[in-house]
Amino acid sequence: MNTSDLLIARFHGAATMDSTILFKHNRPGRAVTFDEYLANGGFKALRKALAGMSPNDVQQAVIDSGLRGRGGAGFPTGRKWSFVPRNLPGPRYLICNSDEMEPGTYKDRVLLEHNPHLLVEGMALTSFALGVERAFIFIRRGYEQAALNLRNAIAEAHKAGFLGNAICGSGFCLELDVHLSAGRYICGEETALMNALEGIRANPRAKPPFPAVKGLWGQPTVVNNVETLANIPAIIANGPTWFKALAATPEGSGTKLFCVSGHVRDPICLELPIGTPLGEIIDTHCGGMRPGSSFKACIPGGASTPYFTKEHWAVAMDFDPVAKAGSRLGTGGVVVFDQTTCMVAATLNLVRFFARESCGWCTPCREGLPFVRHTLERIEAGRGEASDIDILKEHVHKLNYAFCALAPGAMGPVEGLLRLFEDEVREHITGGKCPLGKH
Amino acid sequence: MIPTQLRQELEERVAQAITPREAAVDVMKGLQGHYGWLTDEAVAEAALILGLSTLQVEELATFYEMIYRRPVGRVVVHVCDSISCWAMGSETLLHHLEQHLGIAAGATTADNAVTLLPCCCLGNCGNGPALMIGDRLFGPVSPEQAAAIIAGHREDQ
Repeated sequence: MNTSDLLIARFHGAATMDSTILFKHNRPGRAVTFDEYLANGGFKALRKALAGMSPNDVQQAVIDSGLRGRGGAGFPTGRKWSFVPRNLPGPRYLICNSDEMEPGTYKDRVLLEHNPHLLVEGMALTSFALGVERAFIFIRRGYEQAALNLRNAIAEAHKAGFLGNAICGSGFCLELDVHLSAGRYICGEETALMNALEGIRANPRAKPPFPAVKGLWGQPTVVNNVETLANIPAIIANGPTWFKALAATPEGSGTKLFCVSGHVRDPICLELPIGTPLGEIIDTHCGGMRPGSSFKACIPGGASTPYFTKEHWAVAMDFDPVAKAGSRLGTGGVVVFDQTTCMVAATLNLVRFFARESCGWCTPCREGLPFVRHTLERIEAGRGEASDIDILKEHVHKLNYAFCALAPGAMGPVEGLLRLFEDEVREHITGGKCPLGKH
Repeated sequence: MIPTQLRQELEERVAQAITPREAAVDVMKGLQGHYGWLTDEAVAEAALILGLSTLQVEELATFYEMIYRRPVGRVVVHVCDSISCWAMGSETLLHHLEQHLGIAAGATTADNAVTLLPCCCLGNCGNGPALMIGDRLFGPVSPEQAAAIIAGHREDQ
């Protein structure tokens, strides 16, 4: 068997009529070249900013655009930048968080495998706005192709005068470094990421001080996700009003990469207006469920987000509507489950992941997650007790007191399980076995 | 002892870093590439190159999933066991490979050829179930396809 056939078995990242920013330049099966990017308006935004905008103008445009962080938390990007004090001496840093390890999430890989230049330009614009002269791309193990693409893109941008000294004839200088990691979910937490980058064991740091004031090597630092930074060139080139109008709802702003997996017919990654309804993503863009399957539930935004069911079919996939419906948009990683899926078993899989990835720094997470895992294992094996449900509910509440967001995130699916599928959990306990015959 | 060229490459990497230990992961990976896994000798070498104690290197080495602090076979097969691949049958895939190779997950075949390791999400979720060998991602793979891919890598060694 030819293994290269497997690699292209499903083509992700296809440019569609909705691909207005992030997948606009994409070519089937390969990365867009530097020359193609340039010919299609690439680096126009950087030229524009350096020729006639101040760093504050760039920041203001991003604030006005309403762009919210695409890494999971959805914090307004321009506001995050504005927390960096302008008057502190010494260097300041920008870090691109490409530690995409949230299960169910693969959008940044698809983006970087198709268009690394967009990130380079976005990071140059962001660095200009923040007064950064050295920026890092922190990239996970397993994304070697993406890292290679980036290194090539950085070399080409250097050669063309978009990185290095006196960029585009201005006084702005910037060096971009690619930093490879070695596989650990917690490195995606921004303070743990800074420790990892410094070569320290990647436990999270206490906040405050916040990274914007005291971050990498004690200097002011902004950490933004790949997709977030890749949106900046289009905002600068076309203006905040244009960007806002791309959303599917009047409240939203821009487009969003949705990466779909699980029991749909076409599990693909695509760029859609943010706020596109869940049902439309699954039915119109992913070909509906795979043959013989009917929709039971999904994770809407990566492993740490509470489930959605058929009652959430019409929810607009944007930060506020998803939060109002009881979950989080997170990363936009939609994992779809059909009628054969046991939700206790699915939740157990998720909790196993988080328990294994806990860095061990704080007691609630280090001790609490294995306890929750063990409880779910007993329920799934038909050895659960009625009191387990209250014990799990208590942990959903108490793990909020952990040091960082890992443990509360881990309890997202558990909270969803208890709220939406309590009957299914009880069936395991009263029946003494998994009703779906999984174990 | 490590080859002079590798030592020079790693020392150059350290020289480019803002602080030496920033290069710790690259140095550990470089040494792992040479030894196959991060041996005690490799930990001592890394400590020397980075200007750290062996304990400080150990602290980092044991933190990362893809730094092997125990011996592995010539081919390391990482089978994703996270949620999307789980939904697409990764448990069946892993059990099949255990039987096919005659080892439990986490172990190495007697001829030292293949190590089978379940791992965290590989970011190949749309192509589940997925696996990774070296720097290459594969998916979706049936149990039979996975066995064929592993056999191909085994021959290449």
